[in-house]
Amino acid sequence: MATAAAQRTARTPADGAPDTVDMAAYQHAFDAAVAADERIEPRDWMPDAYRATLVRQIAQHAHSEIIGMQPEANWITRAPSLRRKAILMAKVQDEAGHGLYLYSAAETLGTGRDELLDKLHSGRQKYSSIFNYPTLTWADVGAIGWLVDGAAITNQVPLCRCSYGPYARAMVRICKEESFHQRQGYELLLALSKGTPEQHAMAQDAVDRWWWPSLMMFGPPDDASQHSAQSMEWKIKRHSNDELRQRFVDICVPQAESLGLTFPDPDLRWNEERGHHDFGPIDWTEFWEVLKGNGPCNEQRITQRRRAHDEGAWVREAAAAYAAKHTGSTGETAHETGETGAERA
Amino acid sequence: MTAALALGDDALVLSHRLGEWAGHAPVLEEEVALANIALDLLGQARVLLSMAGDEDELAYLREERAFRNLQLVEQPNGDFAHTIARQLYFSTYQQLLYAELAAGGGPFAPLAAKAVKEVTYHRDHAEQWTLRLGDGTETSHERMRDACAALWKFTGEMFQPVEGLDADWTGLDQRWQESVEDVLGRATLPLPEGPRTGAWSAGTGRQGLHTESFGRMLAEMQHLHRSHPGASW
Repeated sequence: MATAAAQRTARTPADGAPDTVDMAAYQHAFDAAVAADERIEPRDWMPDAYRATLVRQIAQHAHSEIIGMQPEANWITRAPSLRRKAILMAKVQDEAGHGLYLYSAAETLGTGRDELLDKLHSGRQKYSSIFNYPTLTWADVGAIGWLVDGAAITNQVPLCRCSYGPYARAMVRICKEESFHQRQGYELLLALSKGTPEQHAMAQDAVDRWWWPSLMMFGPPDDASQHSAQSMEWKIKRHSNDELRQRFVDICVPQAESLGLTFPDPDLRWNEERGHHDFGPIDWTEFWEVLKGNGPCNEQRITQRRRAHDEGAWVREAAAAYAAKHTGSTGETAHETGETGAERA
Repeated sequence: MTAALALGDDALVLSHRLGEWAGHAPVLEEEVALANIALDLLGQARVLLSMAGDEDELAYLREERAFRNLQLVEQPNGDFAHTIARQLYFSTYQQLLYAELAAGGGPFAPLAAKAVKEVTYHRDHAEQWTLRLGDGTETSHERMRDACAALWKFTGEMFQPVEGLDADWTGLDQRWQESVEDVLGRATLPLPEGPRTGAWSAGTGRQGLHTESFGRMLAEMQHLHRSHPGASW
């Protein structure tokens, strides 16, 4: 039990009246559990701010999975071979599954999927800025697999050791599937790069468009990242944005070479002294604009998501009504959906 | 081989239609389920088309008039009820047919034996949703009733004999009707009235005569492949 110490400490006050409990003891036990690299579990005491940060981060992660289905689903009906079509369908299906894991993980913190979706639809919670870029050619599907999923994995592998147990366990499952997607994306680009001159050009163009947005996935530079320090202290985060970004660049450069493709960065070069690749400045203005909602597809992505949800309301209401009739109880879902129905009526 | 094309095209075209749902489903669980069914069907299509030739050539380089799929499977998705009605009609047919082919020991027996497990899941999914929508709210009942009625005229074609498939078509048709009537009854839905085939829809998909939306679907599906002749992907 991860925070058995916290549990024991929390139970120490014998009179049971919550307002007499010494909050400092809870806090101390929590801090000790985190320091000892133990996992915090749903029923353990945790600071309100820790809970709020996790809800925000896990929900936005879940939202990214489901919004992230759109740019790739854009190519399902046009995939150029049946094998590629099957791979792409399986990938988009996995993303829906990742969304489900992550909403479940968020729910262990006392929130509901409906509430989180509502926050997404109303713009009160965000999703990864990368999915506000359009998929303009088939090669974009490969660039997303290789670079976007590659960046996601670089970010997410350390989350497998995150201090919050349910999130860490979701990440273990997700990272396995993501690594598979990333290899498939690489392999797709390799086929294009070694294909006809038109296919090669398509691959290069896609990499040119996705490279910088992929580097932005690691978030703002360390000196402008508002949540970083606290998240690292809580061991939600294990490395800084800039560290992870550097690690990603170092991984990608040799891969690009073996693909026979280049990155659109004249400043990219090996730095013997640092033992890392130097790279050019990121356009943070673009990053903040996309984050604010002014990217190429922000409006389109959220509109499609809302439309799918709204147009599906009658289906969810039907399922709830059927369940209520056939189990003899209204149940929580039926109740909630019933309210939605009343609002819409 | 006509039979492999007929069965392969059914699976290919329905898979494509279900793939159009990705990112548009009413609930996240259905994103998973519809994609899952689409993938199963695509897997079947690849085996079947490979029995008849090169899967990609057959999928991407044939014109509309050379496709042998049922008109039912090419029907646009419509709302969720239309998609479910199409799934109910087709998966019931496919399960009955594949069970028979699996038992028959002909060239399609190995594929059918594997596919019948998938198709049993598809049928269960369609039945469960038919019950929920039919016996859910007033709105869902109406939508499901309308969808079942709208697709009814495409159901007769499923039981036109296909050359090269050794099946008891009359018996299949009868068992299909009994099964569908049973599900609709439990879903409080009426059995649609009217003919199950029309002058245009009776067995014509199998002969390469399709409905108008099909050409547009193929244009989208084939565009990229056709734009790069001879390329590999």
